[in-house]
Amino acid sequence: MTAVAEKQVKNGVNVEALLGAREALSKAPEAAKFNWKATSKWVGGTHTRTNMKSFFGLGQDQSHKSEFSFDTDHPEIFASEDKGATPVEMVLTGLAGCLTAGVAAVAQLRGIQLRSVKATLEGSMDIQGILGIDSDVRNGFDGVKVHFDIDADGTREEIAALVAQSQKRSAVYDILTNPTNVSVTVN
Amino acid sequence: MRTDVIVIGAGHAGLAMSRHLAARSIDHVVLERGEVANSWKTERWDSLRLLTPNWQSRLPGYEYRGDDPEGFRTMPETIAFLEGYARAIAAPVRTRTTVTSVRRAEDGYAVSTDRGAWRARAVVLASGACNLPSVPPFAAALPDSVASVYSKDYRNPAQLAEGGVLVVGASATGVQLAEEIQRSGRPVTLAVGEHIRMPRRYRGRDIQWWMDTAGILELRHDEVDDLGRARNVPSLQLTGNTEGRTTDLNALTAIGVRLVGRLAGLREGKALFSGSLANQAALSDLKMNRLLDAIDAWASAQGLDAPPRERFAPTRIEALPALSLDLRGIRTVLWATGYRPDYSWLELPVLDRKGRIRHAGGVADAPGLYVLGLPFLRRRKSALIDGAGDDARALSARLAAHLDATAKAAPIPRIARAADFASPAISF
Repeated sequence: MTAVAEKQVKNGVNVEALLGAREALSKAPEAAKFNWKATSKWVGGTHTRTNMKSFFGLGQDQSHKSEFSFDTDHPEIFASEDKGATPVEMVLTGLAGCLTAGVAAVAQLRGIQLRSVKATLEGSMDIQGILGIDSDVRNGFDGVKVHFDIDADGTREEIAALVAQSQKRSAVYDILTNPTNVSVTVN
Repeated sequence: MRTDVIVIGAGHAGLAMSRHLAARSIDHVVLERGEVANSWKTERWDSLRLLTPNWQSRLPGYEYRGDDPEGFRTMPETIAFLEGYARAIAAPVRTRTTVTSVRRAEDGYAVSTDRGAWRARAVVLASGACNLPSVPPFAAALPDSVASVYSKDYRNPAQLAEGGVLVVGASATGVQLAEEIQRSGRPVTLAVGEHIRMPRRYRGRDIQWWMDTAGILELRHDEVDDLGRARNVPSLQLTGNTEGRTTDLNALTAIGVRLVGRLAGLREGKALFSGSLANQAALSDLKMNRLLDAIDAWASAQGLDAPPRERFAPTRIEALPALSLDLRGIRTVLWATGYRPDYSWLELPVLDRKGRIRHAGGVADAPGLYVLGLPFLRRRKSALIDGAGDDARALSARLAAHLDATAKAAPIPRIARAADFASPAISF
């Protein structure tokens, strides 16, 4: 931490608070159980609006400062009205946000000043799967590529280590790379 | 039966403690469920050699004096080494004595065994870190057509059915078994999670020489940022061999082993693997290079005359490693996923919520209770045979102080026998 103080690294991540939370939660693991929530409403056609306001964590209901709303739709080439990003692009949004936040947090912890972090993401998909043309083709991505361009006060290896560590601790990276049980019910 | 100290386990750690207790004239017995070096005799595969060179297995007052210091002991040699040590120090070992419970008693502990009950003022747990296999909960869902083998029950490839083998885990055990089984003609798929890549030799020396001489293994438990993490670091991908052979993932790929990500689940007759293999390999390469950087910096600061610095090719991972494997092509799943201690007989409130013993550098959270032989117990080298001596010395001092402090009125003074430590080392 001496290096951090000396170099006055400011990536805008409050690492002391994160480390404090880690320390506190390792002693009270029940409080570490979070539940993230979203509610969606069909608008029409393939257009859906999803809102996020409340979530659960630290043993009680929590709330964002304001409600966030995201529209998803399909593009015109699918005969849709393109009122929002596609749901699969929202998955890329989640991955980009998660990995980049991780890069910033790890950089702060390691005393590396970031100047710019740009990620370019691609999710490749054969839509024969979702169209039911070929049952051997999966519906989802057959691969996801993320490329980072990072300008920072660090060696090549230090920057590579930021990106590697960020994947190791990323929730969305884990969600995409490992199976997850999903239960869907209807009233 | 009554004694001052009961040591549970007559492996290298328990014997090292016995030697230090004897040197302090502390009355003790060592209870052993089987024989001296029991796990080495009953839970190791045939071709295994120690991962550390002969010179590096130093026990208190006992070190290698043979003519092959750079060699790596086979299991029979390791067993002979530990049996020789038990004889040389005349350790008071009660073999074939299984501890069935340890409970708090009025002035210490009540230790029940299948050969009678003991009372002692202090207890040292040296029963090892590797008693129970750690396998994922879904392991039980393997189809009946696939044999499930723990690494401690594996002896050699002939024991396995002909056909495909899925080796789960790529630490020292997993990479060694993957290599041996692949060479036996059984095609191996290796599921790779977090692992630590390590060259066997670096700049003309064994990697253990560098880590030992540069002080890397000496790092103390109170000097690391994240001790919980340090205690969970997987074993280095090393094989005991004098040819300088490295057993990293590239070496395995070269002989045809197929690499996949961490085993994430079983579903509909298929094993599912994580898509994180590329990052696991990248993390491991970075970690290895940081260690080599530290070695280079140390060598340079010492002005050491050594061959030039080396860097190894990055781990090669296919662009799209397989995410699933049809188990109809697999005859055996070999679990090299690590072990955890068995404390089922320890009837004391000293375990954390994950069943690990709570301790500070081997001093457990109960008066007069100590533990030895766990990863990073007091130092990075604690998991090695070579680490047991320093740990036992430090803990025997704490134990002696505890006995002194809790002694009833007018204890008989013990005569310090420091001379024992000045005596010439016994050669093997």
